[in-house]
Amino acid sequence: MDSDDEFHSGQSSDDFMIDDDSDTGLPEDDSDIDEVDIGFESQEKITKPGRKSYEVEFKVYSPQDIQSYQDKQIDEVSTILGQPPEITAILLRHMRWNKERLIEQYMDAQEQMLENVGLDQDIAGPPRIETKKNFMCDICCDDQPGLETFAMKCGHRFCVPCYKHYLSRKIKEEGEAARIRCPGEDCNRIVDSKSLDLLVATDLKERYQELLTRTYVDDKENLKWCPAPNCVYAVDCGVKQRDLLKIVPTVHCDCGHNFCFGCTLTDHQPAPCALVRKWLKKCEDDSETANWISANTKECPKCRSTIEKNGGCNHMTCRKCRHEFCWMCMGVWSEHGTSWYSCNRYEEKSGSDARDAQAKSRQSLERYLHYYNRYANHEQSAKLDKDIYIKTEKKMSQLQNSSGMSWIEVQFLEEASRALQQCRQTLKWTYAFAFYLARNNQTEIFEDNQKDLEMAVENLSEMFEKPVDQLAKLKVDMLDKTTYCNKRRVILLSDTADNLKAGKWEFNVELTG
Amino acid sequence: MSATRRLQKELLKLQEHLPPGISLVQADNFETWLMDIKVLDDNPLYRGDTYRLKFHFSSSYPIEAPEVTFITSPTTPKIPMHPHVYSNGIICLDLLDRQGWSPVHNVESVCMSLQSMLTGNEKNERPPGDADFVKSNRRRPRDISFYFHDEKV
Repeated sequence: MDSDDEFHSGQSSDDFMIDDDSDTGLPEDDSDIDEVDIGFESQEKITKPGRKSYEVEFKVYSPQDIQSYQDKQIDEVSTILGQPPEITAILLRHMRWNKERLIEQYMDAQEQMLENVGLDQDIAGPPRIETKKNFMCDICCDDQPGLETFAMKCGHRFCVPCYKHYLSRKIKEEGEAARIRCPGEDCNRIVDSKSLDLLVATDLKERYQELLTRTYVDDKENLKWCPAPNCVYAVDCGVKQRDLLKIVPTVHCDCGHNFCFGCTLTDHQPAPCALVRKWLKKCEDDSETANWISANTKECPKCRSTIEKNGGCNHMTCRKCRHEFCWMCMGVWSEHGTSWYSCNRYEEKSGSDARDAQAKSRQSLERYLHYYNRYANHEQSAKLDKDIYIKTEKKMSQLQNSSGMSWIEVQFLEEASRALQQCRQTLKWTYAFAFYLARNNQTEIFEDNQKDLEMAVENLSEMFEKPVDQLAKLKVDMLDKTTYCNKRRVILLSDTADNLKAGKWEFNVELTG
Repeated sequence: MSATRRLQKELLKLQEHLPPGISLVQADNFETWLMDIKVLDDNPLYRGDTYRLKFHFSSSYPIEAPEVTFITSPTTPKIPMHPHVYSNGIICLDLLDRQGWSPVHNVESVCMSLQSMLTGNEKNERPPGDADFVKSNRRRPRDISFYFHDEKV
């Protein structure tokens, strides 16, 4: 039975390691996915049939998963090469876990390779601590008789306390694991795990394992650590660097953090990584100007009182003069009533004054600020919504008390809050995306989608701010709006992802992967 | 401390015998030593000059590399001209970096390496970006990761 299992696991991951012909790695067609270098076993992969076009396939691994997979791979290769596991581990790490290349090169030039990684061929007997006569340690200059000493095959012998001190310093202070070399001068021999076991205390071994696991994930292209603080999970995703202009691979870690597998920044769908980089750089350069022009406050268009926005919704009512206006366009709110929301769109000015260079630069700054303001607004509002989310729990329990609703029945608030967060994150990036879009029919459709989502979000956000006693009555309405928001988001993301994949977007800058 | 014992032994050895062109200036504690080096051949860049080196040892010496910089003094007014030596005395040498350091190295071998680094040099220049680095650097040498781009010099 055991050998059968071995055979199977060996077989399937062999298939996986051939990654050179997986061209796109795009998740749509499953035929491609099968050839992507996943690195983990095929049977562990989940294929969700209803996957949206903007979603990618991925899997989250715990440190234990990674450890056991690592061990399994080492065992496999160890049998093929006929080398003990600790030697195989060094070789695999040396080749950055590219099994095929390791086996090929090993078969071609075994001695050369072993020499390269500081292991030569005669590996006889386990490493052991010895005492030598007339020995003086070159590190501490101690020469008392009976001193315990250690040397690897290279023969560079030092006393055990010095060796231990050296290793613990490398592991603890310098965070090295896979490539710790012999302390001898110009010696390239790598300290193998058996020698390490002999010399290093238990608490350090844990750290050592942790570091080894870390280099494993760092070495593999299909694995990335979740960037959330204190998160221990790694995500496995087949999307390659070269695909990043065609796909935005957002993954969801088990810790709850959504991030882009391509650049490990927080989820930035629908904008591709290259665009995000450009935008963030631009915001960094221009942010002072932008800040200067649109500081944190605005004035009431009627009475000029200074107003700071402290809630998520754009419908502003001036405390002093009761004037109602839109925070975005500063226009009268009642005008938004029928034509509702037209202020997501930047009205391109006619080309008549384009000849005037000054006007042009002013216009381009204005254009940038238009998008930046909306981008920043959603970022800000998402933060405010998050504050509200924290208050939501309190609201939920209040609602349970005041209206006699059960815990299950007040869950709609949490759902709504989550939808708001997610939609705002998406909306935020639609403005960065739109800033770089060249104008054509696609853009119109995009802006319509953007407008619809914007509207849905604003509606929901406004509802969210209502006092607790009104919330119970709004439940059905709120549920509807939540669903609607999510639906609009899916539509927008699917549309942009499809076009991105088909290369149909025209950008006004060149994006390079 | 192992550092103290090791330095004691090194000091004994240095007091007994020193390679040509290297002299011990001050070693009255086990934290900071001063050494002088001279370039022995007729290299016009360094002819007739003596340069002072300051060694700073941490308690982890020799597991950890010592901090070595050129300093000026009334008798040694110059920092040697070299594309790996900044004008504030900071030295960019892989031997003194984590990756290049081995606990088997010692004060004598570091001095000799620096001596030969100077001997082999023909360029009368500072590292690129010297002025900016010297102006802005507040870090200690060991916290700087140098990029050893040129193994020849």
